[in-house]
Amino acid sequence: MEQLKFLTLLIIMAPLLGAMGAGLFCRHISKTFAHGLTIGLMGVSFAISVIVAYLVIHTGASYNGVLYVWAQSGNLTLNVGFMIDHLTALMMLTVTFVSLLVHIYSVGYMTEDGGYQRFFAYISLFTFSMLMLVSANNFLQLFFGWEGVGVVSYLLIGFWFDRESANQGSLKAFLVNRVGDFGFVVGIAGVLSYFGSLDYAPVFAGVPAVISAHAVLPGTHWSVLSCICLFLFIGAMAKSAQMPLHVWLPESMEGPTPISALIHAATMVTAGVFMVARLSPLYQGAPAIQTFILVIGATGALFTGLIAIVQNDIKRVVAYSTLSQLGYMMAAAGASAYAASIFHLMTHAAFKALLFLGAGSVIIAMHHDQDLRNMGGLKKYMPITYITFLIGTLSLSGIPPFSGFFSKDAIIEAVKFSTIPGASYAYICVLLGCFVTGLYSFRALFMAFHGEERMSHELKHHLQESPWVVWLPLVLLAIPSLIQGYFMIEPMLFSAQGYLGSSINVLPQNNVLGLMAEEFKGPWHMILGSFTSLPCYFALLGAFTAWFAYIKQPDFPGRCAQRFSVMYSILINKYGFDMFNDWFFVRGGQRTAAIMYLGDSQIIDNFFVNGAGRLITWMSSTSRRMQTGYLYHYAFIMILGLIVLLGWLMF
Amino acid sequence: MTQIPLLSLIIWVPIIGGIICMFAGDDRKATRARCIALFTAFLNLMLCIPLYTHFDNSTSAMQFVENVDWIAKFGIHYQLGVDGISVLMVILSTITTFLVVIASWKPIQKNVAQYMAAFLIMQGMMVGVFESLDAILFYVFWEGMLIPMYLCIGMWGGPRRTYASIKFFLYTFLGSALMLIALLYLRTKSNDFNILSFYSIKLTMHEQVYIFIAFLFAFAVKIPMWPVHTWLPDAHTEAPAGGSVVLAALMLKMGIYGILRFSMPITPDASQHLAGLMIVLSLIAIVYIAIVAIGQSDMKRLIAYSSVAHMGFTTLACFVVYKIVARTGDLQDAYLTLEGGMVQMLSHAFSTGAMFLGVGVLYERLHSREIGDYGGVAHKMPLFAAFFMLFALANVGLPGTSGFVGEFLIILGSFKASYVITLFAATTLVLSAVYTLWLYKRVFFGVVTRKEVESMKDLELPEYLVLGILAFLVLFIGLYPNALLKTFHTSIGHLLELSTTSKL
Repeated sequence: MEQLKFLTLLIIMAPLLGAMGAGLFCRHISKTFAHGLTIGLMGVSFAISVIVAYLVIHTGASYNGVLYVWAQSGNLTLNVGFMIDHLTALMMLTVTFVSLLVHIYSVGYMTEDGGYQRFFAYISLFTFSMLMLVSANNFLQLFFGWEGVGVVSYLLIGFWFDRESANQGSLKAFLVNRVGDFGFVVGIAGVLSYFGSLDYAPVFAGVPAVISAHAVLPGTHWSVLSCICLFLFIGAMAKSAQMPLHVWLPESMEGPTPISALIHAATMVTAGVFMVARLSPLYQGAPAIQTFILVIGATGALFTGLIAIVQNDIKRVVAYSTLSQLGYMMAAAGASAYAASIFHLMTHAAFKALLFLGAGSVIIAMHHDQDLRNMGGLKKYMPITYITFLIGTLSLSGIPPFSGFFSKDAIIEAVKFSTIPGASYAYICVLLGCFVTGLYSFRALFMAFHGEERMSHELKHHLQESPWVVWLPLVLLAIPSLIQGYFMIEPMLFSAQGYLGSSINVLPQNNVLGLMAEEFKGPWHMILGSFTSLPCYFALLGAFTAWFAYIKQPDFPGRCAQRFSVMYSILINKYGFDMFNDWFFVRGGQRTAAIMYLGDSQIIDNFFVNGAGRLITWMSSTSRRMQTGYLYHYAFIMILGLIVLLGWLMF
Repeated sequence: MTQIPLLSLIIWVPIIGGIICMFAGDDRKATRARCIALFTAFLNLMLCIPLYTHFDNSTSAMQFVENVDWIAKFGIHYQLGVDGISVLMVILSTITTFLVVIASWKPIQKNVAQYMAAFLIMQGMMVGVFESLDAILFYVFWEGMLIPMYLCIGMWGGPRRTYASIKFFLYTFLGSALMLIALLYLRTKSNDFNILSFYSIKLTMHEQVYIFIAFLFAFAVKIPMWPVHTWLPDAHTEAPAGGSVVLAALMLKMGIYGILRFSMPITPDASQHLAGLMIVLSLIAIVYIAIVAIGQSDMKRLIAYSSVAHMGFTTLACFVVYKIVARTGDLQDAYLTLEGGMVQMLSHAFSTGAMFLGVGVLYERLHSREIGDYGGVAHKMPLFAAFFMLFALANVGLPGTSGFVGEFLIILGSFKASYVITLFAATTLVLSAVYTLWLYKRVFFGVVTRKEVESMKDLELPEYLVLGILAFLVLFIGLYPNALLKTFHTSIGHLLELSTTSKL
């Protein structure tokens, strides 16, 4: 449908236009104009996304076509084009919704910042890149969006570029993502090489042929499809911050809080999950990689959650929680429950953006102090922030009937039903993860909003609720955090032609959601059923532990840290990833570069190149001495030569 | 269009303009010299418009051909012509020179007339290299061009300019000497020095290998390939900004052009035979040189090493073709890398050229190339910081910028030869990001700690203009590379045909 193409073009171009307007003329326009322009265009983009989602989901419209030919080489054509189906429509809706609210929120959050116009240009540019990513119909454009969001994320993490920590965080984020992109590009090259195209449709169609050809990488025993999927997944691991490429995400918190909500919680970091879902036909053909994804995801879900328990920076708690939730999404994708991972992606986008923006609201009130140990009792000063933050926390912990409960419960069930190798380990991880989630999220809530007021006396006098531009997005995000799960679970996961239509491809033997659908009797039953199942009790136990440790017995955590000091130091050092990377990659890399430069400048340049010069100089200065200018020397040499010559002729 | 000798004009207009410019007077009349230079460069740029619009990209034959006897006794002709590969190089040269003339408007205050003249004459000679169809004519331009560059580094260069300029001259000159021998040998097998007629000479494997190696010395030094690259960091570091730009954007390209025009079609079997070695050398440049670049503390030296690493992709593109054809037997598969290599040549000119200009902008203000002397420049020069970020990202190979296209196509295509090549080549994604963005961070980000930085002023009009044009080109190629691919597609096809047909 040409109409869909046109609408999508509008959705994508509106933020780009906003970014260009605010960015190119940032020094000539007022703050009001900058946010007016970008918010207006984002509004347009969101409104059209709603229309597109309606068209796609209710009328079954879809589009897959070329916008223009990017490059043509030999018999290969690389295009820029759109694929508008259910998955894309849902993603566009999520992205534009969160982005719009973050734009509005930023008016309040960034109000005194010198780089105000630049900030709005960046977040609009980010939205453009993200939309390009989700609307792509080929790997090239996917990669374009993929790198585009990475760069804007880099620019935004380092937004306050006079802070050394921000600069280091942004560089680290970009470089770790580049490691992932390395894998991604190799994967794309493999796709091109074995499928002969970079467009999704022919590639998906070619999967059976590649599998049945039993193709292995030359010189190895590895199946081609598994290798391609593995390399592509390395890209997803960096972007979606899966262990061990997760190290950049906590440091991305150096950026302004609105972008933590938009980029590092709701949209960009879920690109990897989206990619795995989008490429489900490929991953279905690579069972070994599915196990890999499941194990990596589940491990991340549990172990990064544990770190969140010992963090004292409110944003870092939420950041580690994001890592843990991304682990859940990946685990679902590994278990072939792609719909569940997209569902969790969507609910997570709402409640995690809510938590980040709520944390931002707290940070504004606390005059940019982010330390939970200096907060406490904020409930009575900031009622709206408190209530919305509470809703986010309940949703995150998976307490029924909040939206997070539905999506997370679906993931846990899916992992339970999965029969692929590693599924039982993954099940234990995601189950224990519930307890951990309850613990760290309620810990943050209690430390910030309840209990003793630990801030300074002076600050206490200034505490107040944030302005409406800040709390309005909170309220708007709290609504989906409350009800989205209840209304969406059935069409998302269990109905044949639901919200995801035929975007996802799952082989019959992997169809865990199909098994779950047989037992599913509606959202109400699910809520009631939860009181007889483990995840809900684990979450409540976590919440109770948090209450006990931070409200009832505030000295309990300190004693715990002392008693289990080894555990505590492992967690506080984040399992040593940062130390290892710093020692091995950063310092090791610098040392290697220095040694290699020594080789280059001393051996190649000094010894060989300049050595050749010196040799010639030496030779000429030596041979010059023979040219003494004395006739008898020359005569002597002539005679010597003559004798040699005669001698040679005679014998 | 055959009546107007367009190609000759593009060669001789700048040379004559340069000679006029030289006599424009001493530095009191510097503005006059600058205006003459700008006018000449602009006129030349305008001459490229009919060249491009009348160029027929559906044929691989030489176009706009001019052929006059030069030294009839030896069969040497003054023969010019362009195909899809060289026409873009010609246009690239004129654009670059135009930009360099504007960019040198203020920084050069000493011997302005001579400086401008050197660049204009160099421009004419470089175009001559790309247009020549006669091997001796080619050789004359090829060597002649060294003189203005030698003077440029030696007269307007940095503190170690004498060392750098002599090293540059001797190194590249020695490399080319063997090429002359190879050309003379080919002459003995042919009636004249016409390059195109060299293509049809039958040569034994033995001959081909010798000829290939003789050519390789000339071209590998120019490109430069590892391990004959060490003249380049010195030359770049000491050259004035304009010199660095021409060096990076054009002079290095002549090496690759030589491989495309001579090595591959004249000695296809030797190229096939030695492709493995060439690929290994290219990968060493891509990986090893990139790691060396990380450790640099001098901005220009860092960019010079990065330039070598990026040029490694172009040589990889040329020779991986043989591995692909050997494995799949399908010429269509080889298009991707070779066309990627062509795009890489052109895009490297813009992004690296822009990086060098950027360093020139900084040098002009602080008179230092040491990274450690900067810090927090983004506070003082926000506009320039934005431009430099774009060029840095192009250098990193971000999709949407020109730097992405070539490397991406080459990485994609090389998988058909061997995934091992792809794995090594793709490390550029990480390594280029490390050295480029780390450089950016240290120069532009952070707080201003030095009072010299405190007094830095943002871009002035000429700088703004030049960087603006480059930014446009970088983005245009990145978003619509097909504009370039269309132009050389047929010619690349013909070249592939020649380069993979055995001559034994």
